[in-house]
Amino acid sequence: MKLRIVIVEPDPARARLVIESLAPLGHDVTVIAESAALARRVREIAPDIVLIDMADPSRDVLEEMALASDPLERPVAFFVDRTDRDMTRQAIEAGVSAYVVAGLQPDRLAGVMDAAIARFQMFRRMRTELETTRRALEERKVIDRAKGILMKARGISEDDAYALLRKTAMDQGRKVAEVASALVTAAGLLS
Amino acid sequence: MIVDQLRVGFVPLLDMAPLAVAREMGFAAEEGIALELVRASSWSMLRDMLVFGQVEAAQMLAPVPIAMAMGLGGAATRLDILQVLSVNGDVIGLSQRLAERMRGAGYSFDFRDAQAARAALVAAAEGPLRIGIPFPFSTHAELVSYWLAGAALEYELTTIPPPQMVEALARGEIDAFCVGEPWGSVAVDAAVGTLVLPSRAIWAVAPEKVLAVRHDWSEDNPALTGRLMRAVWRAARWLHQTGNRGVAADILARRDYVNAPVEVLERALSGNMVISPAGDLRRVPDMIRFFEGAASFPWRSQAAWFAAQMAERFSLDRAASIAAASAICRTDLYRRNLRSAGADLPGASEKLEGSLHHPTAVASEQGQMILAPDAFFDSRIFDPLASH
Repeated sequence: MKLRIVIVEPDPARARLVIESLAPLGHDVTVIAESAALARRVREIAPDIVLIDMADPSRDVLEEMALASDPLERPVAFFVDRTDRDMTRQAIEAGVSAYVVAGLQPDRLAGVMDAAIARFQMFRRMRTELETTRRALEERKVIDRAKGILMKARGISEDDAYALLRKTAMDQGRKVAEVASALVTAAGLLS
Repeated sequence: MIVDQLRVGFVPLLDMAPLAVAREMGFAAEEGIALELVRASSWSMLRDMLVFGQVEAAQMLAPVPIAMAMGLGGAATRLDILQVLSVNGDVIGLSQRLAERMRGAGYSFDFRDAQAARAALVAAAEGPLRIGIPFPFSTHAELVSYWLAGAALEYELTTIPPPQMVEALARGEIDAFCVGEPWGSVAVDAAVGTLVLPSRAIWAVAPEKVLAVRHDWSEDNPALTGRLMRAVWRAARWLHQTGNRGVAADILARRDYVNAPVEVLERALSGNMVISPAGDLRRVPDMIRFFEGAASFPWRSQAAWFAAQMAERFSLDRAASIAAASAICRTDLYRRNLRSAGADLPGASEKLEGSLHHPTAVASEQGQMILAPDAFFDSRIFDPLASH
């Protein structure tokens, strides 16, 4: 029997990747991108599993649904009831949380969680790589500005300016980017 | 000196101040703790991080560890409440439409009298009210339920993450909210809401956030637990000194912490609240407290009050709920670890809640200590030992 799965994910590219990993398992997957009226939409769809980024602030809204005591409402249990601590730990490390309808067979859940955990681990890696690239670019910019300041102030070449930055960084046991950043800040104060 | 790494989780709110101060003003370092503060974007995330060991300690809504001890909410891990991080500090806000109707009917928005505010709200409501709260287990949920119990008013509590509260009010998804600062002031500045009460008007001494750890962690690390408690307690004492509040606001405004304007953070810290988009000012001396009046002591009777309220709301056994809540308040660790730091310690670990209308001297280890007023808005007295 196929499961009805809801993915709460504002980023369409990420949502598509999760769908791609779950669709081959034959499940019926719906994406909710908007956090507004989240509780009402989840109730309408009445899913077996809701997958949401662990850091999504809307998680607390789903927590509330898990407490719904109205027998007519579909009860949502917590995170695999936390009985499978290994799976829960893996999921948390990957950054995905799951809300599961009460009484769902553990083995049927396992397939979905394995796929979701793999995808979220990939997102995490991508996010880290993106962050590293962004930081490298920013450092690059600051170093270029610091070189410019030195070239103008001391009338030296670009290579000499970089050599000076590098030597200062080595002498002080700091990173070139840190020295450059301090220089740019100081120059900003003095100008 | 041995330096231990400790990760402590928090949610961006004004009341995480003792943690930020413990790190930034060197109180953690003094105890040989390299404190790493880890920001969480929701209370459920923070709870999971603590339960599954991604942080050693966490700032928590006081009712969260209590609810867990009562078996509510699925996560069956025992937590300990080491100390209270903050008392009071929430506000109740209304949509401009509701506020205008109340104003039109002659209500003065004194920001003080919860009985009068309730009567004005009941008269102005045009139908069932939808009230936003940050989490199902929260001071906010319990205080609002207590305040509106028995009023001729239909209402529904709905969970909305604090940073989304302003937008939900603007879009008309909710008619009112109860939220921790600075989010109430942010709603005022965005001209979408008017503040009607500080939470202290409902219960003058509601413990708001607590410092919680896993029970097995505090058992395995007794010395480190004590060092963490002293660092946070000294930070709270520092925050109590009025001259330090400007610096505190500067620290909290940083992007890594609350990421809100200094001026908005200062309102609750100084007690000078702006309650309406028109700029009406109200003075609330104990808008939020971190230290004075034995604020950080984890009174069992206060936990018992939350347990009794939640037992009622979720149809659980009252006596068993109170016993479970009392057991996680580590008054024993508080006494053992903070005596040497100079904390004055009350003679008892529980008291009648709601009996003090003025600051009152009571017996303590050093002779006498002053307890802050703890009255409820309806003058009821809560006795944790009574059967109902």
